[in-house]
Amino acid sequence: MRDVAIIGIGQTPVGEHWDTSLRALAADAIRAALDDVPVRSVDALYVGNAYGAPISSQSQLGALLADFAGLDGIEAFTVEAAEASGGAALRTGYLAVASGAVETALVLGVEKSSDMVGTARTGARGVSLDADYEAVHGVTLPALAALLMRRYMEDYGVELSAFENFSINAHANGSKNANAMFRNQLKPGGFARAPMIADPVTLFDGAPDADGAAAVILTSAERAVDLVAQPIYISGSAAATDTLALHERSDLLWLNAVHLSTQRAFQQAGISQSDVSLFELHDAFTILSALSLEAAGFAARGEGWRTASDSQIGLTGSLPISTFGGLKSRGNPVGATGVYQAVEAALQLRGAAGANQVENARVALIQSVGGIGSTAITHVLRA
Amino acid sequence: MSSLPRRDVEVQTEQFAFSGRGEIVSYTTVQEAPEGFEEQAPYVVALVRLDEGPMITAQITDHDGELATGDQVEMVTRKLTTEGKRGMIVYGYKFRKVLPRS
Repeated sequence: MRDVAIIGIGQTPVGEHWDTSLRALAADAIRAALDDVPVRSVDALYVGNAYGAPISSQSQLGALLADFAGLDGIEAFTVEAAEASGGAALRTGYLAVASGAVETALVLGVEKSSDMVGTARTGARGVSLDADYEAVHGVTLPALAALLMRRYMEDYGVELSAFENFSINAHANGSKNANAMFRNQLKPGGFARAPMIADPVTLFDGAPDADGAAAVILTSAERAVDLVAQPIYISGSAAATDTLALHERSDLLWLNAVHLSTQRAFQQAGISQSDVSLFELHDAFTILSALSLEAAGFAARGEGWRTASDSQIGLTGSLPISTFGGLKSRGNPVGATGVYQAVEAALQLRGAAGANQVENARVALIQSVGGIGSTAITHVLRA
Repeated sequence: MSSLPRRDVEVQTEQFAFSGRGEIVSYTTVQEAPEGFEEQAPYVVALVRLDEGPMITAQITDHDGELATGDQVEMVTRKLTTEGKRGMIVYGYKFRKVLPRS
């Protein structure tokens, strides 16, 4: 296996893009990434997308987008793992280049959530839950997050307000990101006032579904140094799974896929938690942030919420998270989210993050999670 | 990369009758329902630990709004949803709180 580097990045603003289509959004991100590098073409296109079929009535995105972006005839197909689709596409691109089979790969994440609204979208989102044992009972992803959160609060004696710093931090960072969906700041006490989606999960807790597309271009590390001034190296790449249905877990409050994929990625990169400059975690719900910090080894069990409360997660803290707003404030363009994380981490490691810059960012951990922790895909990026 | 040991997966299944009793491990009220469940919203879904050991996900029905983890529940058969334009009814299990016997 050879070393792999990111040489180009591109992203579109995240939001509700009523006036454009999935293919146009994707082409914008592809163009932005190709404009970022001195290469005119790529050998393969891997598309991270979760709900093209149920929400946008469109599958076979590889062929559609390769053609629409002018990448005639190249290898192209979709990689799907629910909310972890973007991370899965990045891992696919990494493997293709690392193996030597592909010289230059374009990894794209795209989602057009606004092609459906209301109960129809909520229903479509349910296809990634366990159809026979969860979705058939009217269970939703926010409901699963709520079931976990109530258990966590009762087992560890934690108040709802203890989680709100995750959202406050995300919005503080997102307010400075021109591509973020919600750039408003959140005030302390917001969780107590916000409407319930599924108690105890409030509107200010869950990340908003959004439209967006992001892309990175990968090539071998050897070739990268000749092409660009600041290659970003992928020094760890790992994927792991847990049960699809939440009720099948023997230990509800332990995200084993997060644990396994972090451990494998760290092992490959030869680093430990203390080497990490910033962590783009999967903050689709604050309970997932708390549990991810625990399973990834940054907090003891039952203590993940403290990391937020103690203000360690800000841009100048000991472990900055959601540095461009995370899923919560930047928005959650579902299958594109993992690629947004890669783009944002690359900006941090290039020292090009502007007002969102984490000082001396050397190592970034990015983690894409599908469902309620069923798939976890983790990458370690280095400057 | 280290490989994980394979867990034994039982292929040979046998009929087993659960008592239908269990307790609430966690619960929530769904306010934003998916298609097919709009008319029921808001409704309660829960993780139920069956007396025999396994845990399942199901709705809690016939309750007065007073729920807590640890509550004892029993299975009942109910309509879960209707599918398609012809409204085919999907039946399945829900749970209700065990009432004190008079």
